[in-house]
Amino acid sequence: MTTLPQSTNRKLGLVIDLDTCVGCHACVISCKGWNTENYGAPLSDTDAYGSDPSGTFLNRVHSYEVQPTQGEAQLIHFPKSCLHCEDAPCVTVCPTGASYKRVEDGIVLVNESDCIGCGLCAWACPYGAREMDAVEKVMKKCTLCVDRIYNENLPEVDREPACVRTCPAGARHFGDFADPDSHVSKLTAERGGMDLMPEQGTKPVNKYLPPRPKDTLSESAGDIDILAPYLEPVAQEAKGFLGWLDKTLEKL
Amino acid sequence: MNQPKLDLSPKVSDEVRKTTCYMCACRCGINVHLKDGKVAYIEGNRDHPVNKGVLCAKGSAGIMQVNAPSRLRAPLKRVGPRGSGEFEEISWDEALGIATDWLAPLRKDDPSKLAFFTGRDQSQSFTSFWAQNFGTPNYAAHGGFCSVNMAAAGIYTMGGAFWEFGQPDWDHTKLFMLFGVAEDHDSNPIKMGIGKIKARGARVIGVNPIRTGYNAVADDWVGITPGTDGLFILSMVHCLMKAGKIDVNYLAQYTNAPCLVNGDEKSPEFGLLLRDEDGKELVIDRATGKLTPFDQKGVKPDLTATHRHAGISHRTVMQHMAERYLSDEYAPESVAERVGISARRIRALAAEIARVAFDEAFELNQAWTDFRGETHLTMQGRPVSFHAMRGISAHANGFQTCRALHVLQILLGSVEVPGGFRFKPPYPKPATAHPKPHCRVTADSPLDGPHLGFVHGPDDLALKEDGSPARIDKAFTWENPMSSHGLMHMVISNAHAGDPYKIDTLFMYMANMSWNSSMNTRGVIDMLTDKGEDGEYVIPRIIYSDAYSSEMVAYADLILPDTTYLERHDCISLLDRPICEADAAADAIRWPVIEPDRDVRGFQSVLCELGGKLHLPGFTNEDGSQKYADYADYIVNHERKPGIGPLAGFRMGEDGLTSGRGGVNESQLDNYIENGGFFVEHIPDGANYYKPWNAAYQDWAVGMGLYDSPQPYLFSLYVEPMRRFQLAAEGHGDRQPPDHLRERIKATMDPLPIWYDPAPENKVDDFPITALTQRPMAMYHSWGSQNAWLRQLHGHNPLYLPTKLMRENDLSDGDWARVTSPHGEITVPVLEMAALNENTVWTWNAIGKRKGAWALDEHAPEATRGFLLNHLIHELLPPKGDGLRWANSDPITGQAAWFDLKVRIEKADAPAESQPAMKPIKSPVGQGPDTLSWKVGK
Repeated sequence: MTTLPQSTNRKLGLVIDLDTCVGCHACVISCKGWNTENYGAPLSDTDAYGSDPSGTFLNRVHSYEVQPTQGEAQLIHFPKSCLHCEDAPCVTVCPTGASYKRVEDGIVLVNESDCIGCGLCAWACPYGAREMDAVEKVMKKCTLCVDRIYNENLPEVDREPACVRTCPAGARHFGDFADPDSHVSKLTAERGGMDLMPEQGTKPVNKYLPPRPKDTLSESAGDIDILAPYLEPVAQEAKGFLGWLDKTLEKL
Repeated sequence: MNQPKLDLSPKVSDEVRKTTCYMCACRCGINVHLKDGKVAYIEGNRDHPVNKGVLCAKGSAGIMQVNAPSRLRAPLKRVGPRGSGEFEEISWDEALGIATDWLAPLRKDDPSKLAFFTGRDQSQSFTSFWAQNFGTPNYAAHGGFCSVNMAAAGIYTMGGAFWEFGQPDWDHTKLFMLFGVAEDHDSNPIKMGIGKIKARGARVIGVNPIRTGYNAVADDWVGITPGTDGLFILSMVHCLMKAGKIDVNYLAQYTNAPCLVNGDEKSPEFGLLLRDEDGKELVIDRATGKLTPFDQKGVKPDLTATHRHAGISHRTVMQHMAERYLSDEYAPESVAERVGISARRIRALAAEIARVAFDEAFELNQAWTDFRGETHLTMQGRPVSFHAMRGISAHANGFQTCRALHVLQILLGSVEVPGGFRFKPPYPKPATAHPKPHCRVTADSPLDGPHLGFVHGPDDLALKEDGSPARIDKAFTWENPMSSHGLMHMVISNAHAGDPYKIDTLFMYMANMSWNSSMNTRGVIDMLTDKGEDGEYVIPRIIYSDAYSSEMVAYADLILPDTTYLERHDCISLLDRPICEADAAADAIRWPVIEPDRDVRGFQSVLCELGGKLHLPGFTNEDGSQKYADYADYIVNHERKPGIGPLAGFRMGEDGLTSGRGGVNESQLDNYIENGGFFVEHIPDGANYYKPWNAAYQDWAVGMGLYDSPQPYLFSLYVEPMRRFQLAAEGHGDRQPPDHLRERIKATMDPLPIWYDPAPENKVDDFPITALTQRPMAMYHSWGSQNAWLRQLHGHNPLYLPTKLMRENDLSDGDWARVTSPHGEITVPVLEMAALNENTVWTWNAIGKRKGAWALDEHAPEATRGFLLNHLIHELLPPKGDGLRWANSDPITGQAAWFDLKVRIEKADAPAESQPAMKPIKSPVGQGPDTLSWKVGK
């Protein structure tokens, strides 16, 4: 069994905005590209051009349809990767100490040289955020791009996770949740950022911003005639309209 | 606690090379990280005007395109029957020798025997120049089957359209409304824009039968009945006009609303605009009450005046519009049922537009001077912006629908103003400033001018002296007079039928015509393989260039293998489809950041070589030698006009490097590479809004070489060229349409937007459901689904059915359904989707693959469960019983009406695989490897 640190100096993580995520998978593939080439073993693909291709991904986007009791159905895109939980069950379950949570920033990592590929951590994670690499037989997971965020070989502006850097809609934000003045803490406070499955007691660091209310101009939204004054007629027919036009031009 | 020591600053790469992406048509800037000379990682270029650092899934997966096992390796000569996939590899010398032997006699005797069509070509100003020099009239790219309605309607109406032509004012807009935008179009800029405006609380309204992608994040989703967008828009126009929620000053100053329409029913100019001797539109000046050209200093054009002369009343365009659109025909209550949106909701949406456009209007403190010489102290903002794409244009009423949307924008005064829609250089550029189509063929000589352009009346049609079509695709004929992008989807069927004439060689580039890029895929395959009584192929010769083993390869006789996008030179040119921003002119290059490891050549370089061998004037020196060694040589040294070349940046001026106009700079490509692969020149403050009428912008554009002289113009609410075709159909003029087309021309070529229903011609009574496609954000065209990473996101494509149709047909997820159209039948797997118009089904386009193509296993899900809707769509409409077959295209532009497809659905027993299942083709490149697990440089 492996122990978690009592506390971490910083709590680095992501805010993911479900109101703007268009489900484009840019984060998924950017992550695949960076992490194939960087931290630990490459992310492999088996049967890559065959009938049942299957690869290792540290971040995936799921799409869910929501059908409110009233009003139009909605489609929510839901990116999911490791949430770097404060009480990470994937760490405490690890028999070799390979899974650990960093004291300095709270990032949960797998030390691949100690990983025996038993898969217990993946079973323990309630979010399904870990994937066993089929070729290397080691557990892979989001590293929060630990090899980017401090990397002195990168320009300072690029020292953020690959998924954040690439997100076209700006739906992903990276920062320190231990700092109440950080961009991510403020966004979470302003937009009602939520924990994923808080009942699991894992205290996830990553937060999700809920979609804003939708379809306020539809029949199901109730009083949609509230805007009717904006369409108050100036005339009922062409002749009256031309008279109004003439008066309006005169005033200009 | 023993934490391992990590290397937190690993070396990222040996070198970063900056070039332009080609994983779709967005043309984002990319940083290609190399290790040991190999591509290790691709990310967005932060400095690039298009993507500003971000990159989509396709772009990041580019590394798997460069590694793709489907890459062609060497020129191929067909040795088996067409369609078998049996080839032998040959040398480039032999390949170019064959091509020259085939093409030289055609050029010598009749250049029109060559049909040269380039699909997703990003070098159209170059390929068209080659075709023009060859002398064939038969050239176009893929616009005719893509979105010509959007482009042509925009240019005829306001001198620009969406995407490459313009963009919302993301910094100021408060309401953004999208119509029919599939997930893949203008991919990163739209996502970035939506993210940006949502971050500051602006709202998004999506109008689309399908709620995915941008429509999924839209604040309001309007799940309209497909094909009725034009009626919905005109109903909002009705509401806004009736409420006086229109920008009267803007209409009077900058549009042809005050222009006078000839009211003399007996005149051959009935319905045309009154003009002075110089051809300038006439208006009545409110100050003097007199008739005057629109552009005179101090003129206050009157919107409501009537000019009476010789007993005839000539009324303004505005009066004609009031008469038409205030009619109850367009009242929300009259249209609600057809568009599938309640009358209350139509009013609420129109009211919201009115509220934002007028109650949230603002002014920028920026003085500017208009073309009449009047200086304005501020710039009036109208913070409502629109974007639309194929969803509204790929219908037989698409041109008029796109026109209706632009008329709505213009009525609001929200084009080229702060918060509205803004043009990107070289736009604004009115239809009158574009070339006209050219089609005069002379043996052994170039064509008499550019192939494609904008017609202004019957005189500009591409007809031979006997009145028959000059072009193989029948573009610019009475069947579709304003077909500005040609009709690529008609080329093979017309060539097969020998109608309007027979050709010898079909030469194509990047166009998967035997698969997802054709209507009637099975029929097209039969045409490509059909033999005459003499045992020879009906289409005698086919040359094809592609980088990958696509389905089309098997149907060509000679394959010229192209490079991948990281192994080539390209220019993203202002002469073509540039990458400008509303605030800047910009262009870019591709350059070989890696060298090919196969015997392949960039297609454009091959054309330089072929041009030399064929002694085409533009490609040959005076001594008869080849003029351009390769495409890079052309990009740097070609001048279209003195001082104007393919690239506008880093040209040679008198005092060193300059932008826009300038001489050849031999180091130009190096300058681009040093600058990150692109060039940007910002529009000065005060010149960047009101561009069609802003003297400062016009002067800047002349300096940049975008125009030769200032070109201020009025927006065309009323499109006069359309009226000229109606006049011909009414019997005026020498060039007359065939009688069977007269009524249709009169009905459809209305100079003010109308809506008509294409559903009856598509047998909606028997086939009541509309079937649509869109491409996913993570995939583009067909090559995405053999990308080892992307195919794991979208490896097969179910048919999505709304809940109502699932229940009616007793279907559950994973069941199979037979989908029948007037033309054909497919059997495919289904999935339920609630956020979908209840009479619409849809699927992802171009995921389905032919067995044997793209180096995929024959059991790949793309081939066994994937499918194409193309089997259900014919290039002709179902027979009407009049003895004629009408094209499944817009009667104005010829745009392929993909989204008019009507079907019916019934539950089917699960077949072993999607139907129709076509037999495998032999792969010329074998099959891809099983497992991928690698790090570059390790």
